[in-house]
Amino acid sequence: MKTAFLDRLLAARAAKRPVAVLTRLTDGEQLLFPEDAAPAELAAEAEAALAADAARNVTLGNAAWFIHPHNPPLRLIVVGAVHIAQALVPMALPLGFAVTVVDPRRAFATEERMGDRVAISTDWPDEAMTALAPDARTAVVTLTHDPKLDDPALEIALRSPAFYIGCLGSRRTHAKRVARLTEAGLTEAEIARIHAPVGLDIGAVTAPEIAVSILAQIVSARRGGPRKKQDP
Amino acid sequence: MSTTQQADSEDILGIAAGWLNQGETVALATVVETWGSSPRPAGSRLAVTKSGRLAGSVSGGCIEGAVADAAKQTMESGAPQLLDFGISDERAWEVGLACGGKLKVFVEKLG
Repeated sequence: MKTAFLDRLLAARAAKRPVAVLTRLTDGEQLLFPEDAAPAELAAEAEAALAADAARNVTLGNAAWFIHPHNPPLRLIVVGAVHIAQALVPMALPLGFAVTVVDPRRAFATEERMGDRVAISTDWPDEAMTALAPDARTAVVTLTHDPKLDDPALEIALRSPAFYIGCLGSRRTHAKRVARLTEAGLTEAEIARIHAPVGLDIGAVTAPEIAVSILAQIVSARRGGPRKKQDP
Repeated sequence: MSTTQQADSEDILGIAAGWLNQGETVALATVVETWGSSPRPAGSRLAVTKSGRLAGSVSGGCIEGAVADAAKQTMESGAPQLLDFGISDERAWEVGLACGGKLKVFVEKLG
């Protein structure tokens, strides 16, 4: 990979533009999709590899090509700079998530509490969520269990293509939440997207344990798990 | 609102670019195809320097040594290589995958 090509690839990643590296395996010739002109067949495969977020191999004429998609990082939006968020945030980073913590309570939403590797928004949750615009590579977790903070965030998240939405709170708390969101005009299908009580049921008690259960559920939602056992 | 930062623990490209900027000679190995129970999916990367620094992985540790050797050749010649590893490989005893998987690794010089 030539220096100029590496620089273009790094620039695309820094700008969070989805790109794919197309490598001809016979001689190492490389194209950067979509910036470089590529044969239609390769371009279509690059598009598909980005959509599936998985690398693939293509034979074009006599040449084998490797299609390597580079999507922008997954995003995790955490509403509530609470104790569980302090455990959740540092665990989400090595899983590949760019993390934003939303909490208008400035006493909670501090770099000292959340660390310097996350973005912090002290806007009101509905404004923050509108600005963040969750997409299909975004997970949203609400942790305040204060309706006036969680609900405005949820109303936007539930109408977004976010791949995961989870809400802290007991079954009783969630039943009340469902009633409020119904009252606010969200449909049954939209409300049914909520994972609540949040996280896989592993009997988690402490904040780090709850963080593990939430992240395990997010990974499962993204990877389509649990995986079925293969026949021997 | 401050800008969102990217998690960097798997950013092998960024690490390799950093090494290049320090004046190191760097090669990049990328898993391009796997069969069976290979532990690392296609797209997994290992960066190697002539001075012996390593970042990332292309297997569970089974073939990293052999890939690093091939990378040294590529760093000298500049020519990329496509390596085949698996249980059918003659060097299975030395560099075979205990998991029974097979994979192809593309090795290229950076810069």
